[in-house]
Amino acid sequence: MTTTSDRPTASGSTPASSDKVSIRDRWNSLPRPQQWAWLIPVVVLIYALPLLNPPLLTTEPGTNFPLALFDAARFALIAIGLNVVVGQAGLLDLGYVGFFAIGSYVAALLTSPDSVLWHIPYLWTLPLAMVITMFFGLVLGGPTLRLRGDYLAIVTLGFGEIVRLLATIVGPLKGQVGFQGVGRPPGTAADGQPIFTTSNGTAWYWLCVTITIAVLFLVGNLERSRVGRAWIAIREDEDAAEIMGVATIRFKLWAFVIGAAIGGLSGALFAGQIGFVNNQKFDVPTSVLFLAAVVLGGSGNKVGVVLGAFVVSYLPNRFVELAAYKYLIFGVALIILMMFRPQGLLGARQRLLAYGRQAYLRLVGRPEQVSSDSSLRGEGEKPA
Amino acid sequence: MARARRIAVIAGAAALAVVLAGCAANTSSSGDSGSGGSATKVDVPEVTNLPVPPNAVKPAGNGQATCAATTTIAFAGALSGANAQLGINILNGAQLAVNQHNAANANCQVQLKKFDTEGDPGKAPGIVTQVVSETDIIGGIGLPFSGESKATGAIFEQAGLVHLTPSATNPTLTQNGWTTFFRALGNDNVQGPAAAKFLTGKLGAKKVCVIQDDSDYGIGLAKTTNDALGAVAADCQDKITTGQKDFSSVVNKVIAAKPDAVFYAGYYAEGAPLDQQLVTKGYQGVFVGPDGVKDDKFIQQAGDASNNAFFTCPCVPGELLPEFADAYKGVSGGQAPGTYSLEGYDSATILLAGIDSGIKDRAALKDFVKNYDKDGFSKHFKWDGTGELAATTVYGYKVQAGKIVYVGTIG
Amino acid sequence: MPVISTIVLAQGPDWIKFDIAAFVSQFWNNTIDGLAYGAIYALVAMGYTMVYGVLQLINFAHSEVFIVGAYAVFFTLAALGFGPSAPGLSLPALVGDLVLAMLVAMLAAGLMAVLLERVAYRPLRRRNAPRLAFLITAIGASFAIQYALFAWRGANPEPAVIMFRPQPVFDIGGVIIDSQQITIFVAAIILMIIVDQFVNRTRLGRGLRAVAQDPDTATLMGVNKERVIVLTFLIGGILAGAAALFYVMKVPAGVQFNGGFILGIKAFAAAVLGGIGNIRGALLGGLLLGVIGNYGATLFGNAQWIDVVAFVVLVAILMVRPTGILGESLGRARV
Repeated sequence: MTTTSDRPTASGSTPASSDKVSIRDRWNSLPRPQQWAWLIPVVVLIYALPLLNPPLLTTEPGTNFPLALFDAARFALIAIGLNVVVGQAGLLDLGYVGFFAIGSYVAALLTSPDSVLWHIPYLWTLPLAMVITMFFGLVLGGPTLRLRGDYLAIVTLGFGEIVRLLATIVGPLKGQVGFQGVGRPPGTAADGQPIFTTSNGTAWYWLCVTITIAVLFLVGNLERSRVGRAWIAIREDEDAAEIMGVATIRFKLWAFVIGAAIGGLSGALFAGQIGFVNNQKFDVPTSVLFLAAVVLGGSGNKVGVVLGAFVVSYLPNRFVELAAYKYLIFGVALIILMMFRPQGLLGARQRLLAYGRQAYLRLVGRPEQVSSDSSLRGEGEKPA
Repeated sequence: MARARRIAVIAGAAALAVVLAGCAANTSSSGDSGSGGSATKVDVPEVTNLPVPPNAVKPAGNGQATCAATTTIAFAGALSGANAQLGINILNGAQLAVNQHNAANANCQVQLKKFDTEGDPGKAPGIVTQVVSETDIIGGIGLPFSGESKATGAIFEQAGLVHLTPSATNPTLTQNGWTTFFRALGNDNVQGPAAAKFLTGKLGAKKVCVIQDDSDYGIGLAKTTNDALGAVAADCQDKITTGQKDFSSVVNKVIAAKPDAVFYAGYYAEGAPLDQQLVTKGYQGVFVGPDGVKDDKFIQQAGDASNNAFFTCPCVPGELLPEFADAYKGVSGGQAPGTYSLEGYDSATILLAGIDSGIKDRAALKDFVKNYDKDGFSKHFKWDGTGELAATTVYGYKVQAGKIVYVGTIG
Repeated sequence: MPVISTIVLAQGPDWIKFDIAAFVSQFWNNTIDGLAYGAIYALVAMGYTMVYGVLQLINFAHSEVFIVGAYAVFFTLAALGFGPSAPGLSLPALVGDLVLAMLVAMLAAGLMAVLLERVAYRPLRRRNAPRLAFLITAIGASFAIQYALFAWRGANPEPAVIMFRPQPVFDIGGVIIDSQQITIFVAAIILMIIVDQFVNRTRLGRGLRAVAQDPDTATLMGVNKERVIVLTFLIGGILAGAAALFYVMKVPAGVQFNGGFILGIKAFAAAVLGGIGNIRGALLGGLLLGVIGNYGATLFGNAQWIDVVAFVVLVAILMVRPTGILGESLGRARV
């Protein structure tokens, strides 16, 4: 019944399960400070990646490796945001790119010399993009969140398309002509060149990774909070959650708004790095790629979606010389991966949250037994 | 019982389908009389002597060039995705120039490295950063689209890597102070007024409908054309989106407005079905498109509706230069030269001429292009201080018997 | 977007109008064109709706099933000598050619749909994969088929194959209805009636409805679930093949590797608009999306508004009727 293997652990009566504790279970049973201690070298390695430029991993000579890493980090941030909506609250969102686009346009409209609006320093656009996308999240979520499942999916898809098409149609948003010279963070290197240029992927990568880690902390805490537990309840059974007193609409709206804010943030980062924003690449296939990152990595699992985002952005960059074939390979890879790991590379599992973990350890004397029944899993695998 | 009813329904359906297709088929005999359109069609005669510059620089050079074996020029542009064909046209042109050069110059084997940007402003910076970081690359061809050019111009500038764009026509590209950016064709500001003059002059149009797509190119071109047309096009405007295939509402608007000419600012992918649907619905006037529409594919995809089409283009048509067209097919796997193939060829030729003159580094090649003043196959190449061609001629074309023929200079 | 609207007012917008005069004067032409194109949406929407009704799966790759059908139409007609101008064929010869092309397209698209089911979806069903996994597989299949076509045929659309030159049939007060519009509309309606009757009146159709309603119970009652699923994909594919013929009839240059994607999204929207899983809903939704887009384009002054208007109407209708206009009903029991 676990996600990683088919060994029977549904009941504690299987002796093997207590002897052979998987790496994952062992990890989960570590106290938080120890987990952090273990994570430090991993984080250092992540920061050092663009400087190491490891031979097999590198995307060169196809595309610049630090920029490919920035791309991956940007995707990771998007995936974490979308995971709040799709993975944690269980709302299928096919129009997430709309929030990403709004974030990009906020940065462009407020920093580009092509825009007639007043201008503010680039770094201020990051929080502002979050606020504005949160507003749009409310506008979209308010009336639509009473829709369920796939109806919500098509409405969000429609929203994403409406945003993109309005960027095309509405004159001041300049369509494909776009905005040049979008702002960037301040700072110059020793040689007088700005640190954050379009071609300097390393600086942008570090900025994006730092933001991503901060967001991971926030989202992780949220996940263990009352809000997060409400999301899980809604995801597993909305009607039951409602009966148990969870204000479903309010918490769904929270998920939507928080997801939107992260999408807007990543959009503003993207705009800053490229330095140019137009209406391209906010289309349905892009939105679908975002969703693919989440599901591929393991919907509902923060680490999983980061991994999925890396795969989705890295593969086309790595095999750039294959030109047309890379998307063919990408498509086939998606099919095959889903065939062998339908729950994603690192599937989400139900765990005790907050103090429940410690209580379990104290009372039972061993780490919690992870059960995996969840609506994210197949219906047929629900415990009989 | 149910089965019998089903069979009855199917039989009825089949009968009805036959009847319907019948009224359709009646029409096919009169289909040839689609020449009804040509009754009102203005006669602009074909001009057969092409203005091919007599001293056009050829990539082969004098055959005596020597250069390092690592000498590389780069092509960066869309080779996959929806916009791939334009990039492929340019790449094949450039590849042909390099092949001809290398065949003639045994001691100077220049490599052409290609990079796929997908025409995507989001992907292009990573690719271009990689291009400029490869020190063997001393010159570039690209990028084909205005959007990706805007996103990457500063990277080329920072690295001092000269690049010639064979197709990005947005006028603002040369206003960024980039010293490495050179445009191998006229921008939208040149073609729009020329097209307007052609429409109201040679074609004698009293009323014009201007339809634009949502591309940077279409928007810019429609604006300059509209500015020059003034009242002639004032009350018949429409806009479409890239990828659109159903133009019912546009066709209804145009037919209600009864114009003498439709000017379509965009590419053939949408222009061809638009013209086809216009003519199918009984539109009798002429259809005028810019260089983005002037392509054999337009004729292929619009079918016989394309007989009402005229084109404006700041380019001599590659497909009319037999020497070029034949050689091109050897590179492209049999495909005829397309839009901007010749610009790609000429751009590569200029870079190769620089390499043949003994240039080994980026700075010298940039200066070489800056001071270049010679004829190419498509036009005379001499740039002003901003990277814009000093003088550009716009040529007129029309479709005649399923082929694009030249009708003289128009501006 | 309050900030933006103020700027627009200052400059005088050229991107939006409220051209009521044009809307009124072109109303009937737009309606007729919209119905003809909407019928194509409806046929494609049937594929989405039936698969959804039976499996609760958004088959994102259905647009690629459709475009495979369009390629089949192109190759068949090209082989039969159709080209850039309408051929001077006799009536029975033309009908014969078109029916042949339609059958080939139905076969190609039907096989593609069944192949998709076998290769991509069945292994997932065997493993009881979560629903999101199906969605990603569908997306992967969509990418794979598109780029396989790209690798094979390149980025350009295929040359036009013109079937016939439409001729006015009815002229009602200046509003002309031509033979092409009638052919597409009537043939599409007939096909959908046949499918509706098939689902509602035959044994297999009853099995299909049973599986849609409750797969487990239906299996217990002796319905072969796997067979029903294959049948569902097959019917969806066949209708997409028919839609491909009409699409190529209307847009002779529309055969392109990614040419199905936008149409597929609109068709999916049509299915949801009418009530996903509901066959009559797909028809209604398709026709509605077809005409509404044209109305919007004329009213707001340019054709870029088509999709915006279509999606805004979709969202608005779902606000009022959260399961579409006619509601979900493939599984609803009928006599």
